[in-house]
Amino acid sequence: MALRTDAPPAPGGPATRGCRPESARRRRRGYAAWGFALPFTVLFAVFMILPVGASLYMAFTDMRGADLRSPLAVNFIGLDNFVAAVTDPQFQQAAGNTVYFVGVAMPLTLGIALLLAALLNSGLTWFRSVFRVGFYAPVVTSIVAVAVVWRFLLQPDFGLINSALGLVGIDGPDWLTDPTWAMPSLIMLAVWRNVGFSMVILLAGLQGIPKDLYEAASLDGAGAVRTFRSVTVPLLRPTLLFCAVMTGIAYLQFFEEPFVMTQGGPLGATNSVAYEIYNQFGFGDYGLSAAMSYLLFVAIAILSFLQFRLLRPKN
Amino acid sequence: MTTTPLPPATTSAAPGTDTATESGQRTRGDRRRLFTPRALLLNGALLVGLVASLGPLVWMVLSSVKPESEIRQFPPTLIPQDVTLENYTQLFDRLNFPQFFFNSVVVALAVTVGAVLFSAMVGYALAKIDFPGRRALFLLIMATLMVPGTITFVPLFVLVANLDLVNTYAALILPFLAAPFGVFLMRQFMLDIPDELLDAARVDGAGEFRTFFRIVLPQTGPALATLGILTFLGSWNNFLWPLVAVQSADMYTLPVALALYSTGQNTVQYGLLLAGATVIVTPILVVFLVLQRRIIQGIATTGIK
Repeated sequence: MALRTDAPPAPGGPATRGCRPESARRRRRGYAAWGFALPFTVLFAVFMILPVGASLYMAFTDMRGADLRSPLAVNFIGLDNFVAAVTDPQFQQAAGNTVYFVGVAMPLTLGIALLLAALLNSGLTWFRSVFRVGFYAPVVTSIVAVAVVWRFLLQPDFGLINSALGLVGIDGPDWLTDPTWAMPSLIMLAVWRNVGFSMVILLAGLQGIPKDLYEAASLDGAGAVRTFRSVTVPLLRPTLLFCAVMTGIAYLQFFEEPFVMTQGGPLGATNSVAYEIYNQFGFGDYGLSAAMSYLLFVAIAILSFLQFRLLRPKN
Repeated sequence: MTTTPLPPATTSAAPGTDTATESGQRTRGDRRRLFTPRALLLNGALLVGLVASLGPLVWMVLSSVKPESEIRQFPPTLIPQDVTLENYTQLFDRLNFPQFFFNSVVVALAVTVGAVLFSAMVGYALAKIDFPGRRALFLLIMATLMVPGTITFVPLFVLVANLDLVNTYAALILPFLAAPFGVFLMRQFMLDIPDELLDAARVDGAGEFRTFFRIVLPQTGPALATLGILTFLGSWNNFLWPLVAVQSADMYTLPVALALYSTGQNTVQYGLLLAGATVIVTPILVVFLVLQRRIIQGIATTGIK
């Protein structure tokens, strides 16, 4: 306790002793705090805040690849990029594809994840941790690597999936080159890879539901379905919301799957908004690309907001 | 009760009035319930799911040691008839995979160490020190928590180009050292460190930095490990930014190399691609299997928090 005096010796008489060292210590702690925060804050400002702001700036300019070294010497063109994006049939198709992908893959992912979590939480499973690890393993894999594997699995002539379908007399389609089947193939891959993430979180959420609520429900004579709807789902809402938001954000940006498996084809059937942003960037249309990325950002924000409205806990 | 490892969390009912005698019966009952028709059906369904989940990965490894002719055989052979490592030797001789592997390791390690340290530092300041600007900084970080890479990569590329960092490790590393999610995670964990512990250190004359490295960091070991693993996984699998930021082949990371190679060839050599995929996926799967408890718990708690 006596060591507190090793703060800088307060100048002035004993009258100020109570107040000056206190403020000096506060100031010193403030410096220390900013010292801790400095490395992060500098990098954060340069590599996050600046690009987010610059993205908005670029969206309103005619910046192209040639302006790379002089990003400030470009013309403001108002909303032209946004208009060009929304009226471009290719972007419209990409937007439609993205909605299709999210609209099908997200409910599928969450539904299967919830089913698996409920099964694992039933207390009847033989090797729960084996199942849990097995279902989670695809989550840690690189999308690029597993997209290569799935391209091989879906190969029409000697791929495993069509070979298996052949055994039961079904003539499997040319998955990735058929405009009808290409998107379902990508959805299959996405669901396969992402179910484990939501399942693990939902399982933890299920385990957090007090057991006596279930006992009370069974005393009241509620069946399994009724219990699930009246006890499980309401208490799981916040967890479900988290999974829905995370999955929605990831799926709205889907890019690697079409990049590796279909290059957006056939006939643009698997082109996504994120892929279109990448393509416009590749063509050197930086302004247009930035405008499209802001549209995607708005879509992400809207989807997250809707999910919050839909799944927020009811009082 | 102690000898039943099967349902770990489900039987953790509070030691109430009636558990003393009933819990023994309940576990015995549980064991019998594990072989009712309902349990058999349920486990059967889970097994089908497990095969679907792990099947593609097993198939990847098995096929990667088949020669190209066997890979293209119909019907496919389940077990490789003619085991060969040719796909791997080709991968390493012709495609410079050791270089890509090295790049991936360097980038992932640097990002992990840097991001975890910086996140812990700023997380500590935000959780435990009252300083001017604290609230504003925290809100700003939270606001960017959900900004996806798809939004920032174009201006980020312009920035990196003007800093003359294209085709450097710095371009692959620096943008990921400022990780809002890591800050959020560290702050949440550091809020739980008792203030008395920190006060005691200060009373003993330890400065803020000493307190941080001697007291705070050891206290947050599990959180640091969780964040470290998640950061490493994210960096190892990262694709869009390395694809944009690096244009010369000697700087490619593994996913970029595999993606460009797989889309760039005219006749697909599946053996090579599968060997490449195996090289990317296997180290991560091994890390995952060793640390699975920590990874899964980490994911689960971040979801619940």
